[in-house]
Amino acid sequence: MLLSYSTSILVLQRLAIALLTLVIVSFAVFFATELLPGDVAQILLGQAATPEAVAGLREAMGLNQPAFLRFLGWLAGLLHGDFGISYVNNMPVADLIGDRLVNSLRLAGVTTLVSVPVSLCLGIGAAMWRGSLFDRIVTVLTISVISVPEFMVATLAVLIFAVWLGWLPALSYGADVSSFSAMLKAYAMPVISLSFVVCAQMIRMTRAAVIDTINTPYVEMALLKGARRSRMVLRHALPNALGPIANAIALSLSYLVGGVIIVETIFNYPGVAKLMVDAVATRDLPLIQSCAMIFCVSYLSLITLADLMAILSNPRLRK
Amino acid sequence: MTKTPTNWTGRDDAMVEDMIRRGATRRQLLKMLMASGVGVAAGGSLLMRAGAAHAETPVSGGHLRAAGWSSSTADTLDPAKASLSTDYVRCCAFYNRLTFLDEAGEVQMELAEKIETDDAKTWNVTLRSGVTFHDGKTLTSDDVLYSLNRHLDPAVGSKVNSIAKQMTEITKVDDLNLRIVLDQANADLPAILALHHFLIIADGTTDFAKANGTGAFICETFEPGVRSVGKKNPDYWKAEGPYLDSFEFIAISDDNARVNALLSGDIQLAAAINPRSVRLVESNNSVKTSVTTSGNYSNLNMRLDIDPGDKAGFVEGMKYLINREAIQKSLFRGLAEVANDQPVSPADRYHNPNLKAREFDPERAKALFDKAGLLGTEIPIVASDAATSSVDMATIVQQAGRDVGMNFKVERVPSDGYWSNYWLKAPVHFGNINPRPTPDILFSLLYASDAPWNESHYKSDKFDAMLSEARGALDEDKRTSIYWEMQEMVANEAGTAIPVYISNVDALSSKVGGLKPNPLGGMMGYAFAEYVWLKD
Repeated sequence: MLLSYSTSILVLQRLAIALLTLVIVSFAVFFATELLPGDVAQILLGQAATPEAVAGLREAMGLNQPAFLRFLGWLAGLLHGDFGISYVNNMPVADLIGDRLVNSLRLAGVTTLVSVPVSLCLGIGAAMWRGSLFDRIVTVLTISVISVPEFMVATLAVLIFAVWLGWLPALSYGADVSSFSAMLKAYAMPVISLSFVVCAQMIRMTRAAVIDTINTPYVEMALLKGARRSRMVLRHALPNALGPIANAIALSLSYLVGGVIIVETIFNYPGVAKLMVDAVATRDLPLIQSCAMIFCVSYLSLITLADLMAILSNPRLRK
Repeated sequence: MTKTPTNWTGRDDAMVEDMIRRGATRRQLLKMLMASGVGVAAGGSLLMRAGAAHAETPVSGGHLRAAGWSSSTADTLDPAKASLSTDYVRCCAFYNRLTFLDEAGEVQMELAEKIETDDAKTWNVTLRSGVTFHDGKTLTSDDVLYSLNRHLDPAVGSKVNSIAKQMTEITKVDDLNLRIVLDQANADLPAILALHHFLIIADGTTDFAKANGTGAFICETFEPGVRSVGKKNPDYWKAEGPYLDSFEFIAISDDNARVNALLSGDIQLAAAINPRSVRLVESNNSVKTSVTTSGNYSNLNMRLDIDPGDKAGFVEGMKYLINREAIQKSLFRGLAEVANDQPVSPADRYHNPNLKAREFDPERAKALFDKAGLLGTEIPIVASDAATSSVDMATIVQQAGRDVGMNFKVERVPSDGYWSNYWLKAPVHFGNINPRPTPDILFSLLYASDAPWNESHYKSDKFDAMLSEARGALDEDKRTSIYWEMQEMVANEAGTAIPVYISNVDALSSKVGGLKPNPLGGMMGYAFAEYVWLKD
């Protein structure tokens, strides 16, 4: 059996901790939101917020109930799978999030498909031929890519490929995605911009993890036995580096769901990051909470997955 | 056609076009250009260009994509709640108003056939017959009654509740006639009804997931914070328009991304271009700009009821300390007009042209600060990105202050929550006011003793009396002279320094025709969808 008794306990513990984290995060988000100045009625009325107008709108929106009770009501609804109703436009939060979550996941998915194989190959390659010209080129490139902010990468990409060359559309949304080549066109620039950022980190971490294991005595033993360099790295060193690599990948990818606000803004891509920003700007508590939950769930599941991989790839933890 | 002098911008094109529209002769135009230093040869080609823009004939068909600058989940199809350019654009395409303001600032009838009164207090509105909503229902006075009454219900959260309150009695006379009684005479009612919030919706509408209006476009898609798509209303009641088959409105909040999307041809109209990008846009032949200068301004407010604004001389000193020319030329790169500390802009027909802007006079300011006993003290100025360019303006004032021995401390605060926490509250702070159609609305909103947004807490019985006198006056000359005097009072007595009226620059593909500046704001007062066309 793949999972022994003690491993199952370990996995269940992980899941329980994840759930507890979710609850704590939702309380933390609630209190942080309460600290923000102004409430949804004031924000909606903006400059037109006279005291009577605010009072009237609060009354009409049911905001006179204490915020904490409203929050508990929302939490209770969530247990039944109900994300609540947005204060700002009276639409169910699930409807607001639905399409955008699919968009975000699609973008994250395509970016993952591109960036993970590329970074693994480059990272492992750099470790394998450490100190070579290839390693030095990869290192210099990754360091410089890490140092360039993504709004710059994205804006430059638009300038070059959309404005000067005219090959790709400047906006990613509303573009035709019916055929494969059309989809490629629409996603090319956001994916390139995002890959730059996540790849660089993954390459660095992969290289470091693999080099760590290469330095261990048992790998040196393999070398002394006369194993070829590629066999030494791929067969002997890599399995032991899988845990740290999985963690590095998980950390980088978790950023793709909620942290891509800049790319969403520049390419006008309607994802959940922009939705969260809107929600905070309008103090729309149910929407803020739901977005926070989604980010938290995606983060936790990636980390948990990485932990599981580390457990499964390590016989000492697996037992 | 590209032979233009350096520094010639869309603003100048717009000015020439505007003069042609007002009936200026070629001789007058050339004289004006000579006066501004443009040679005759270049001048001639400029006139041709503007003349061509003026004489174009509309073509039908096509899909236009336009981008504004802000959009969020708070986007709405409810005209009463509309608060951003994006809402106005969307609502103007799907609904109609009783009246609208044309490019000269004059009131024109839209859904109303006529609006009449004898005493400016009781008004009779006659609706056009044969106008239908998108769902096939015929427009009657019930719809208008419902649309107007909504603004009085606090549960709706209408942005114009305080303006609508003056309509004390709205009654249906018959299917096409209504009577509106005001709490006091107001000759501006037709212009007030041209506000975007007074768009007419169908009787009983409470669900705003889709728009059911009488407008030129039928709402096909509305996704808050993402996009709106409208397709041509085949049964539109106006004889002319719309020309486009469909239009899509999105928002791209990043200034550079918006310009890039236009330059790459992804969109055909980009609203509110940053002055920094204007030269870049104008160097490209496939793109042109449209400049609107109406009454949008960021102003420095000094509360007259607390320190330091209550010290005689401080406010006047500040007005002399503001280097308006530097703000107009350097900060806005010429895309602004120097203002004279009062809110009625030159785009308004009641603007007082005799009232000159104060000169930049640091010495005089110094003497005034000395008189107020404030020279050398530290005075905080609250600025924020929420009020356009106010941080930069505050810095300009701060530097001028340093030269005369004043120590201004610029407190930059977040945009988030600015309007509820700092605006109207801090002793010296910046505000930002959008264009309004009439001086009456501006003065009652901003300067009357009981005004809800009395930014400097200005109180004057004489001013209040004049406001109410002008409001009821049906005689144009009398109103004009009262408004002129009121503008002088505001400029000299109120604690609001208005350095410039900020121009709005829209950039559009040269294929787009029919876009004209409008005093209600950029993108043709947000109503462009109905009036523009796409050449192929």
